[in-house]
Amino acid sequence: MSDLTTRDSAETPDHGHGPTTDGDGTDLARPLFTGPGALPAADVPHRPRASDVNPKAARRVERQIAAMFMLAVLMVILFVIAYVGIDPYTMAYVPVLGEVGAQNAALGFTFGLGVFAIGAGAIQWAKKLMPDVEVVQERHTMTSDAEETDAAAEQFERGKEESGFGQYRLIRRTLIAALALFPIPLVVLLRDLWSPKNGGFGPSPSEVLSETAWTEGMPIVTDGTYVKIRPEEIPVGGLVSALPENINEIQEEEHNLNARGKAAILLVRMEPDEIRSQQGEGWDFEGIVAYSKICTHVGCPIALYEHRTHHLLCPCHQSTFDLADAGNVIFGPAARRMPQLPIGVNEEGFLVAKMPFQEPVGPSFWERG
Amino acid sequence: MSTVEKVGGSVATYVDNRTGSNRFLARNLKKVFPDHWSFMLGEIALYSFIVVLLTGVFLTLFYKPSMVEVVYDGSYVPLKGVMMSEAYASTLDISFDVRGGLLIRQMHHWAALLFIAAMSVHMMRVFFTGAFRKPREFNWIIGVTLIALGLAAGFSGYSLPDDLLSGTGLQIARGIIQAIPIVGTWGAFLLFDGEFPGTEFISRLYGVHILLVPGLILALVTVHLMLVWVQKHTQFPGPGRTNNNVVGYPLMPIYMAKAGGFFFVVFGVITLIGGLVTVNPIWIFGPYTPDQVSAGSQPDWYIGWLDGMLRIMPNWETVLFGYTISWNIFLPAVVIPGIVFTAAALYPFLEAWATGDKRDHNLLDRPRNAPVRTGIGVMAITFYFLLFIGGGNDIIAITFDLSINSIIWFLRIAVIVGPPIAFLITKRICLGLQRRDREKLLHGYESGRILRLPHGEFIEVHEPLTPKERAVIESAVEAYHTPLPAAQKTDANGVRNKHYRRENLRAKLSHWFYGDAIVPPTYDEIEAGQAHVAHDAAIEAPLHEHDVDTTVMVPFHGGILHTEGEPATNREQLEERGGNL
Repeated sequence: MSDLTTRDSAETPDHGHGPTTDGDGTDLARPLFTGPGALPAADVPHRPRASDVNPKAARRVERQIAAMFMLAVLMVILFVIAYVGIDPYTMAYVPVLGEVGAQNAALGFTFGLGVFAIGAGAIQWAKKLMPDVEVVQERHTMTSDAEETDAAAEQFERGKEESGFGQYRLIRRTLIAALALFPIPLVVLLRDLWSPKNGGFGPSPSEVLSETAWTEGMPIVTDGTYVKIRPEEIPVGGLVSALPENINEIQEEEHNLNARGKAAILLVRMEPDEIRSQQGEGWDFEGIVAYSKICTHVGCPIALYEHRTHHLLCPCHQSTFDLADAGNVIFGPAARRMPQLPIGVNEEGFLVAKMPFQEPVGPSFWERG
Repeated sequence: MSTVEKVGGSVATYVDNRTGSNRFLARNLKKVFPDHWSFMLGEIALYSFIVVLLTGVFLTLFYKPSMVEVVYDGSYVPLKGVMMSEAYASTLDISFDVRGGLLIRQMHHWAALLFIAAMSVHMMRVFFTGAFRKPREFNWIIGVTLIALGLAAGFSGYSLPDDLLSGTGLQIARGIIQAIPIVGTWGAFLLFDGEFPGTEFISRLYGVHILLVPGLILALVTVHLMLVWVQKHTQFPGPGRTNNNVVGYPLMPIYMAKAGGFFFVVFGVITLIGGLVTVNPIWIFGPYTPDQVSAGSQPDWYIGWLDGMLRIMPNWETVLFGYTISWNIFLPAVVIPGIVFTAAALYPFLEAWATGDKRDHNLLDRPRNAPVRTGIGVMAITFYFLLFIGGGNDIIAITFDLSINSIIWFLRIAVIVGPPIAFLITKRICLGLQRRDREKLLHGYESGRILRLPHGEFIEVHEPLTPKERAVIESAVEAYHTPLPAAQKTDANGVRNKHYRRENLRAKLSHWFYGDAIVPPTYDEIEAGQAHVAHDAAIEAPLHEHDVDTTVMVPFHGGILHTEGEPATNREQLEERGGNL
């Protein structure tokens, strides 16, 4: 049985006007339908395509399609030639695109154009040579028949009766208890996603987050070159990205960058009288202040410093801190000031931390308080 | 019968004996799909997903999901000798030392961007045309879930190369997880095996990116398509198109050729872009280190609105009984996106409840005929784009030499004020269009031609609507509803209505949804109006008399046999093909 139908045009009411037709083949005078869809789809005017009426046009389309498929064949051949023949390290100038890797561009161009041609050919075939006559199918509601629904209910009831699910209350309740507990091992197993090194219970997350590699007297070294810094090497208005001296040792020991992610600081020098406030009395050294580099919002490292205003801007979410005013937030989504590291010089004249950070660095967390 | 046909036939029989496939084919090869350009949006999403899968498999052959530090020794000179993770080093190798590797990597990235873009626009199409209505609510929920999964797939993939930009994204993600009250800190430690960045996260994320998320997407896409298949595609109003039929082209051969061809077109375009346009040049960003970042850090476009929300949020944080609640992160990054996705998923049910409309809808709404829904959609888009602008506020500030603080303050206000304004404007535009439709149904088109009648009267000739236009515009009649009646506090016998508050709310919502709609003319009025217009045209007709083209169709290979003259109709063409369709 086919549910493919073309509806009978007798359904169309003819109000007695003779058909008058304009050049487009549109019936003007005859009332075509009363209400959406009352015009049978089969009676929708349909203009034949050039390829329907003109064999020459049809043959031209046939040649076009074949040409596109041939282009695909050619492009695959060129792709292989480009893969084998072009040196991967050659650059080429392509207008608009500029300097590009010659092989990559050639591979993309040949493969892309070839694949595109297959698609274009197929679509052209469908649009120009295959029938463009719309057909109608009836829809069927998703709802089941009443008998089917009854039968389903009946089967369900039978199953319930036979299992005795309603009858054995003890079995039912213990089953529910067992099923409720069954996922617990699967969750417990996730505990060791974070495993403390020497087994047992290590420090809690909040303890870990509250400590950095900075200790009393720890020399400050530049990031990248790892040399100790004398105060006179930082000019007023200068900015230095810095780390604790032992950062590379810690990294080699722990095989990760965690310590670096917490200990990174910025050293900034301003005229001592420009410092309006600090987080502790005398935490600067002759106008050099040290602040954490890790944003208190969501932890991006910050290095956009404007030396005239002493503002520090986070490039990720634009939180702005005032380093001349105790690192307080002056704009943006960060809620907490930048933690300050108290600094001084040691007997050799190098900058050192006077004590560790007095509050956790980086983003807030639940247990931080 | 040719050899090929014989072999094909016996293969079909072989398979059918074991699966009953012929029964399926007999029913479905002629299955009709309606045609509209906007139906291609979902196809683009599907095809770009397939390209993502294919290219992704290739990438797994070369990529090493490891954070072990190695010294780079590949052919990209500027990074020679630099310490970096194996993940980053192997991504550099794919980009520089595997022939075609960069092409595939860029195709993968472009296809992923296209996948999410196509899904988003497809979602808008479905929303604005009311295609989510009964019986398609499940598919709408699946679609919303697919977009959420698409974001997860995109973000996890963006994070794998372990370059400076992707690491920054992960650091932000970590900060967000840490901001979740109670469980956040532990959650972050479990996910990252301790502190950021740790050494495990890339390999954990790799499993999520190549197995978990794509597996879920594939499963849901399958169900999504099966439901489309079973429920049959919706169609736009048009001549002969009713709520109970599908008018279009059969699967075989038309849709096989069109949709199959379109797959190759999408594939080809992605390949061309992947070969010719750079995306995510990780070699410029350098390896990740948690103490560096570059200015102008931007996520991929689909994360932009979430990042924008994070950027424009005021810096609220409270400490309660010694515990920190970071509203400034938790609200924009977790709560509001959660609300947005939940509200989107539930919308079909909210609308059905508010309007009291429980009928099946297979015929699509024109957006103007559902002004409130269209307004809500534009409101959502406005909200989205304001946040999206927020995500690029630093780039905008630099490009247009604006103050970043002013942009953020503008957005903080606009994101609250803008959407309702967009709603009102959209609704008014819809109502205006409804009025014009009413005019067209009653009086046809104004042709601009003035005609002087024999007795001296001047008239402007109105042109009647073509059957297609008329069927489309006339769909307003079916789309029109009067709102639900007001709820009564007591019934006829004076008994208190227990559900008064609920019913009252519902009646108000229904009034809000339907109340302002322009009453369309009745079918009789349309009929009379169009007849009148046709009469006008008939008066003018002698002035424009010309020979109707006589078209001659001739038989040729596979074509349609036709004789001559009058406009061919579908019926005639069908009959001439011997019902062969």
